Amino acid sequence: MVLTTNPKGKIVAKTGNEAMAEAMRQIAPDVVAAYPITPATEIVQIFSQFVADGVVPTEYVAVESEHSAMSACIGSSAAGARTMTGTSSQGLALMWEMLYIAAGLRLPIVMAVVNRALSSPINIHGDQSDTMGARDAGWIQIYSENSQEAYDNMIQGMKIAEQAKLPTMVTTDGFIISHCMEVVETMPDDMVKKFVGEYKPERALLDVKKPYTLGALDLQDYYFEHRYQLADAMNKSKQIILDVAKDFEKEFGRKYDLYEKYRMDDAEVALVIIGSAAGTSKVVVDELREKGVKAGLIKIRVFRPFPHQELAKDLANVKAVAVLDRSDSCAASTAPLYAEVTSALFTHSGGKAPKVVNYVYGLGGRDITLEHVGEVFDRLVEIKDGAKVGEILKYINLR
Amino acid sequence: MKTREKEKKLSWKELPDGDLLEAGTAAKFITGDWRTEKPVWDGGKCINCMFCWIACPDSSIIVKDGKMTGIDFEHCKGCGICAKECPVKPVKAIIMEAEKK
Amino acid sequence: MAEKKMIEIRWHGRGGQGAKTAALLFAETVLATGKYVQAFPEYGPERMGAPVQSFDRISDSPITVHCAVTEPDFVVILDPSLMDSVPVTDGIGGKGKVIVNTSFSVEDTAKHLGIPSSQVYVVNASQIAVETIGMNIPNTPMFGALVKVVGDLNLESVLDDTKKKLELKFRHKPQVIEGNLQSIRRAFNEVQGA
Repeated sequence: MVLTTNPKGKIVAKTGNEAMAEAMRQIAPDVVAAYPITPATEIVQIFSQFVADGVVPTEYVAVESEHSAMSACIGSSAAGARTMTGTSSQGLALMWEMLYIAAGLRLPIVMAVVNRALSSPINIHGDQSDTMGARDAGWIQIYSENSQEAYDNMIQGMKIAEQAKLPTMVTTDGFIISHCMEVVETMPDDMVKKFVGEYKPERALLDVKKPYTLGALDLQDYYFEHRYQLADAMNKSKQIILDVAKDFEKEFGRKYDLYEKYRMDDAEVALVIIGSAAGTSKVVVDELREKGVKAGLIKIRVFRPFPHQELAKDLANVKAVAVLDRSDSCAASTAPLYAEVTSALFTHSGGKAPKVVNYVYGLGGRDITLEHVGEVFDRLVEIKDGAKVGEILKYINLR
Repeated sequence: MKTREKEKKLSWKELPDGDLLEAGTAAKFITGDWRTEKPVWDGGKCINCMFCWIACPDSSIIVKDGKMTGIDFEHCKGCGICAKECPVKPVKAIIMEAEKK
Repeated sequence: MAEKKMIEIRWHGRGGQGAKTAALLFAETVLATGKYVQAFPEYGPERMGAPVQSFDRISDSPITVHCAVTEPDFVVILDPSLMDSVPVTDGIGGKGKVIVNTSFSVEDTAKHLGIPSSQVYVVNASQIAVETIGMNIPNTPMFGALVKVVGDLNLESVLDDTKKKLELKFRHKPQVIEGNLQSIRRAFNEVQGA
């Protein structure tokens, strides 16, 4: 029987895109400016229908490109409006310079990003190259494993963004989640509205009684301080994310953290992974546990701010770890998540650290199956039992 | 004339979040000492057309009750636009002279 | 792999025949019976008539797996010509059941597919669709046939639930709703095999 976590919850079948659009309807932002792109199109398409039907009072701005979409969002957020948008892949790439401006101006825009491969070769399917490329743009990044998390993360994301005064991306894996219909528990509109609350910005450009300049030239004398402020805000947002998660759990019943620990208590071998493949891997972890292998999994939910200290602590006692990246850094020493995890271990584990290997998988939507994950665990068990680590970076299911 | 106040550079903690500047800070910034040339205004010739007031990039034309009354030398950078725009003929009501320092 | 506690379904169709819609509709219907579901299409360069696939998963416990369905328990073939151009029986093993929209018999179809007739079901969904909906859109009749073959789904509650869904989807075209429901009922009753 399908169970609710909250007596007021409603069980529905929704795709990731539908779940994100539903969260946006319930949040009912003042402004949405967006340009459609596969596989995120449906999010803003469904939302624009809500606007057309008069279901939400949102001002919907149809723009001519993603660059304009983010520009319009920046203007609207600076004016004091609660602002959301959605995009993917090339669209996110086209927003690039505006992403940094949104962060630098500390504008709490929430953006649904459906992860998709970047061209070339042209591909519409899911990998995380797009948002990984934007990882240092000063945006909070929250990744979702499934439609339920996408819905919950959107709702939490709005609150996090406004409290931290930082723009926030909430992601799902393209097609794998965005177009997969799953069981989702949605909450009543009034509960979501109450949770997100009314947006009262400290300062807004439309407040003509307290005028100010935003985004002035900032040279050698002040730029550094402002960028440090951004880094500091990003660090402090960790606590905000945890506090919002706690509130969310209290109201809605589902528990969230910076990352999810799945059967990690006594784990000797473990994966660190992001997104939908974590769900697939959990099945393998369960199968291994039944066979007596002490397997576990850490699913990164918040990639920015990255939970360095916390992760190092939780991985310190594991014997062998595989970090699975759904993006590649083209001849950096390793892929992005591996770089973060090993740097966290090197810096914060106090000398006690597992052997860590890296896998790149699923580029351009290439499937990752239970067997693939099983093979990774097989290698980890061998390493745990003393086998040589060998090549650090490997590619799963590459011909 | 006021001299420039020594600017205190704020730390990241003291600055408001996110490249935000309060309005009216230009008034505190004494740009008058940048001048190498100085506009000299002849009230007798002035026809109060307000061309200089519109054109001045530093809001340094002082106007009272619809009449031009002088120039704010704390902020006038001596760019000469007012003199250039002054339509009075044959001799302009504002002419530029070398700044005596 | 551990023993399968999940039912997995693969739909084969041609772009425009409604394989995706049928998979989503089926998932929603099964959800109404209190099971966990997943439904997803395989997206490629979609063109009218191109071979397409979509998938369903059904389980009594939450479904976390997000990879492709490779060992389906049921395969639904919306267009018989796909039997010649697409490896429709891939991964079915000795237990998977194949439901084909065809006017041929179970035996002929099994021979065509090269699998035992105990694994084959047939229904003339195209004819049912033409007679009930007025168009050769075989997805809802095949949906009805699948409901029958999967078993442990109650036809009347499926029809009730589907009616609600169709009323929402076709609120501007109410005349097609009755035909679609009729097609589900007929295919449910007319599917043959095993």
